[in-house]
Amino acid sequence: MIYLDNAATTQRKPQCVIDAVVEAMNTMGNGGRGAHGTALKASRAVYDTRRKIAELFGCTRPDHVIFTSNSTEALNIAIRGLLNPGDHVISTDLEHNSVLRPLYYMEEHHGVALDFVPANKQGLVDYADFEKLIRPETKAIVCTHASNLTGEILDLHKIGAIAKAHDLLLIVDASQTGGCVHIDMKEMNIAVLCFTGHKGLYGPQGTGGLCIREGVDIRPFKVGGSGIHSYSKVQPPEYPTRLEAGTLNSHGIMGLSAALDFLAETGVQTIADYEHKLMMTFYNGVVDLPGVTIYGDFSEGHTRTAVVTLNIHDYDSSAVSDELAEYFDIATRPGAHCAPRMHYALGTQEQGAVRFSFSWFTTEEEVDAAIAAVKEIAEG
Amino acid sequence: MRQKKPYLVVTFAATADAMAMERYCMERNLPGRLIPIPREIHAGCGLAWKTQPEEKEAFTASLEEAGIRWEAMAVLELWG
Repeated sequence: MIYLDNAATTQRKPQCVIDAVVEAMNTMGNGGRGAHGTALKASRAVYDTRRKIAELFGCTRPDHVIFTSNSTEALNIAIRGLLNPGDHVISTDLEHNSVLRPLYYMEEHHGVALDFVPANKQGLVDYADFEKLIRPETKAIVCTHASNLTGEILDLHKIGAIAKAHDLLLIVDASQTGGCVHIDMKEMNIAVLCFTGHKGLYGPQGTGGLCIREGVDIRPFKVGGSGIHSYSKVQPPEYPTRLEAGTLNSHGIMGLSAALDFLAETGVQTIADYEHKLMMTFYNGVVDLPGVTIYGDFSEGHTRTAVVTLNIHDYDSSAVSDELAEYFDIATRPGAHCAPRMHYALGTQEQGAVRFSFSWFTTEEEVDAAIAAVKEIAEG
Repeated sequence: MRQKKPYLVVTFAATADAMAMERYCMERNLPGRLIPIPREIHAGCGLAWKTQPEEKEAFTASLEEAGIRWEAMAVLELWG
């Protein structure tokens, strides 16, 4: 199969990741639950991974790196643990439901007010709109780093500067950018960065987390086993224990750790440049085909992730994706991509769209085959 | 059973702090190892650092310099 659904998950992983998970399952105990060799092996692996994540994302303290099962859980922890009744939040039309649904939940059940920076028909925002939406009760900006639908990257330097100027918390969903776009929490004034392990970081599914700036105080989303202070009735207040009740996915975290080594050895920019080249090859190969509509800004110098989302004539995107899978053995993602506001902005809420997304493990031959497949479908 | 001897025991508020301590000590060849927390400090579970009692002053100074958080420090009679 030609796998072009890397924005959903990078299906092809470095062999070192697979080997690390197998080794972990053969040798590791429960980290933080005892001081024997296998428990300590897990504790050391988890702690090393915190350090690597902190270094990758510019988080000042490894103990402020919290592991979760994915970025949705991380975003729930941040959004539900920081917002209070009466708070106002600014978000954007680019968001995935992992941001939207926790925000809507807080609106409906906890009296949080929401506003959204609109996206235009190309899926682009006007940064002046962030400032225009600020009110005295605005507490946070919650936004994605990049649209999972069009690949549009939001300029976190600009948004972070606005947050800093107005003393707002900036909570970022880095699901689409972690590992393939430079992120520095300090430079970008990010209060909480939520990430997933299984996309651009090339780790296993079931890994993810949040990096918290020192001084940001998040209420626990869940409480329970901590491996420490067992006779206390309350969850220990120190990070990371405060937000990590229950046994961690140490097997997956060990795989994530190996993936972070792979990224460090290969280089985030090297990966980004390669993926960008593949994306532009695909874009240039299909942009002028009859009946093909591409969404987003591909002009030179415009920053974006390696995603090309398109429609062919007025065909149902699900039918096109199924045709690609059944007759061309190409995996893509059709439909709404859990990004309802962005589809409304693009006007694709009925048709959906077909997303092609590339990775370090995609080859030029696979991209050429995808171009040929789109051409054949478009020319009918 | 081994003889009991005095040891310096350092406890932590979070497992991550204990792991930071272990890494710090290993990188500098400082003596000691992680053990289950002794009940004399507090009952329950968690990790503690066990080292020689004569290391206390130098140890405390280096932890403070490194910014490593610890919760309590005590000299206890433990099996060697």
